[in-house]
Amino acid sequence: MTSPVLELSRVSKSFGAARALIDVDLAVHPREVVAVVGDNGAGKSTLAGVLAGVYPPDAGEMRVDGEPVRFADPGAARARGIATVFQELALCDNLDVVENLFLGHEPVRGALLDEIAMERRAWELLDQLGASVPSVRVPVAALTGGQRRTVAIARGLLGDPRVVVLDEPTASLGIRQTAELLNLVERLRERGHSVVFVSHATSDVQAVADRIVVLRLGRVNGEFEADAATSEDLLAAMTGARPVRRGGGR
Amino acid sequence: MKADRAPLPTPGDVLRRMREGELTLLPIAAALVVIWIGFGLANPTFWSSENLVNLSLQSVSTGVIALGVVIVLLVGQIDLSVGSVSGVAAAVVAAGAVNGGWPLWVGVLVAIAVGVVVGLVLGIAVTRLGLPSFVLTLAALLVLAGVQVRILEPAGSVNIPFDSWLVKFCQAWFLPTWFAWSVVVVVVVGFAATRWSDRRRRRAADLPYASTATTALHVGTLAAVLCTVVAVLGGARGVGYSVVLFVVLVAVADVLLRRTRWGRAVHAIGGNRRAAVLAGLPVRRTVVSAFVACSALAALGGVLAAGRLAAANQETGGGDIFLTAIAAAVIGGTSLFGGRGRAWSALLGVLVIQSISNGLTLLDLDTATRSIVTGAVLALAITIDTVVRGRRPE
Ligand SMILES: Nc1ncnc2c1ncn2[C@@H]1O[C@H](COP(=O)(O)OP(=O)(O)OP(=O)(O)O)[C@@H](O)[C@H]1O
Ligand SMILES: [Mg+2]
Repeated sequence: MTSPVLELSRVSKSFGAARALIDVDLAVHPREVVAVVGDNGAGKSTLAGVLAGVYPPDAGEMRVDGEPVRFADPGAARARGIATVFQELALCDNLDVVENLFLGHEPVRGALLDEIAMERRAWELLDQLGASVPSVRVPVAALTGGQRRTVAIARGLLGDPRVVVLDEPTASLGIRQTAELLNLVERLRERGHSVVFVSHATSDVQAVADRIVVLRLGRVNGEFEADAATSEDLLAAMTGARPVRRGGGR
Repeated sequence: MKADRAPLPTPGDVLRRMREGELTLLPIAAALVVIWIGFGLANPTFWSSENLVNLSLQSVSTGVIALGVVIVLLVGQIDLSVGSVSGVAAAVVAAGAVNGGWPLWVGVLVAIAVGVVVGLVLGIAVTRLGLPSFVLTLAALLVLAGVQVRILEPAGSVNIPFDSWLVKFCQAWFLPTWFAWSVVVVVVVGFAATRWSDRRRRRAADLPYASTATTALHVGTLAAVLCTVVAVLGGARGVGYSVVLFVVLVAVADVLLRRTRWGRAVHAIGGNRRAAVLAGLPVRRTVVSAFVACSALAALGGVLAAGRLAAANQETGGGDIFLTAIAAAVIGGTSLFGGRGRAWSALLGVLVIQSISNGLTLLDLDTATRSIVTGAVLALAITIDTVVRGRRPE
C-alpha cells in the first residue's frame, strides 16, 4: 500500500479541562475515504479543526507526505493541500455564491478583482459537482441547506486539495440530497482526492468509506475496514459497549 | 441558457433584488426625490440654485465623516469618536496655522496623521485586546473632546484667515462651467466605455450579460443625474471644489470596497467574522485598516468643517455630529449589523439629512422640530433595514 498523504500520531487537544482529543492516530492514504464516526461530543469536530489548522494540537505530531507540519492558521493547512468543509459551513450570508467560493483567494486583474474569471470558474466547478444553484450571483442566504453545502464543498475544492475534510456533511440534508452527497464523495475519490468523512450516521459512512475510525470521548476506540464492519460493531465502539480493533493493518 | 441576454428588469425583479440586498440605493434615492419635491412645493426657495449650492457645501464635512462610518459599519464595528476626531483635527489645523505659525498644508497633514494614529489605536485595541468598539470609541469620544478644548486654549476658538486656500477651497472655489461640463462628458463616456468592455468580456466568456437596453438605462441615468446637478448648481455659484473632493472620495471608496480583495475582506468580516477567519483572511489587519480609514476621513471632515467655518472652536465636531454621520450612513442603507452597505450611502444619507434640515429651516421651523423629524426618518430607515429587506441581526 502507498504511504499516507496525511498522518496524525498521538495527537491530543484540550479545551481547558475538557480533553477533546487524546492520543489520536489517523492515517489518510491517497484516494482513500476515511470515515470518522462518534457520538456527540466525541471530538470529531475538534479533529477536523486540528486537520484544518484551526486548533493547534497540544501534543503529538502531524505529517503531510511524511514531513512534520504545524499549521498556524487555516490558510497554512490549505496551502499544504488540506481543505476543510466545516460543520457550520462558515459561509458569509451577505456575500453571493461567487464571492463565497473565492473568499481569500480572489484572482485579480491589475489591482481589481477579476469577476469574470471567478464567475466562469464558479459555473465550471458547480457543474462538475452537479449542483443546481439558480444563479452564482444570489446571496448564499437565499440558498437551501443542500445548495449551501455544495457551495461550501465547492469552495473546498477550489485549490485542488489532496485531502478534503468534510465535517458532518449530511447533517442537514434530506434523503435525496444525502444520496447525492455520497455520490459526490465517490466522485472526489475518482478524481484523486482523499476524503476524511466525519459523521455520526453510521449508515452514510458504510456506504462510501474505505475505512472507518471510531472516536469515543476523544480516543480512537476502534478502526474497521468498511466491508468488514457491521452496524453493530460500529455502534458498540461508539457507545463503548466493548472496545474493538479489527482490520486496520495497512 | 446561462448566456441568454437578460431582458430589462421588471418591477417584480427590482423588488426582489432590493430585498436580496442589491439595489440598496434605489429606495433612498427615491426618498430623496420625494423630500426634494415636498420641500420645494412647501417653499420654492428650496429649489433655488443658490440654496442647493449651500446645501451641497453644507453636506461635505459630515458626508466625509459618514463615509468613514460606512467603512467601519461594513466591517461589523462602530466608531462613536468620529465627531471628536474631526473636532481635534479642526483644532490642530487652526491652532497650528494661526498660533503655531505652521504652513496650512502642514497643519492639514498633521491633522490627518492624528486621525490615522487614533484609528490605529482604536483598531489595535479592538483586535488585539478584544475590546467592544462601542464602549472603546465612546471613551475615545470623551478623551478627544477634552484634547480639543486643550488645543484651543486659552481663547476657545481660533479663526482661520479668509484668504487662506483652505477656506477658499471650502467656500469660494467652484469649477468653471466649461470645466464642469467637460468632467460630466468624461465621466459619462468613461462609465459607458467600462460598461461596454465589461459586457463584451462577459459575452466572450459565455456569461450572462446586461442587455443593450439595461446598459443604456444605466448610462442614461448617470448622465441625467450629472447634467441636472451641474445645470442646477451652475445656476448659482456652481460645483464647489470641496463637493468634488467628497464625490471623488466616495467613488474611490466604492471601487475599493466592491472591486478589491480588501473590500471583499471587509464585507466578509462584517458578515461572518468566524467564516472570514476560517477562509484565512487577514481579519485583524483589515479591521485595523477600517478604523484607520474611518478616523482619517473623520479628521479630513474636521479640516473641511474648519475651512467652511473659517474657524475652529470648541463646538466644531461636537454635539450631534457623530450621531448625524452614523445616521447618514444608516439612512443611506448601510446596515448597523455589518457586511451590507455601499459607499454611496454616505452621500445619499447625508443629502437626506441636510435636505431635511435645510428645508425645515426655510420653513422657519426650529432645531427642536428638525431633531424630531430627522429622528423619525432615522427610525424609518432602520425599520426598512431590519424588516423590509429582511436583515435581522443574527
Ligand atoms: N472551542 C471549544 N471550547 C471548549 N470546549 C470545546 C470547544 N470545542 C469543543 N469543545 C469540547 O470538546 C469536546 C468535543 O467536541 P467536538 O465538537 O469535537 O465533538 P463532536 O464529536 O464534533 O460532536 P458533535 O457530534 O456534537 O458535532 C466536547 O466536550 C466539547 O464540549
Ligand atoms: Mg461536530
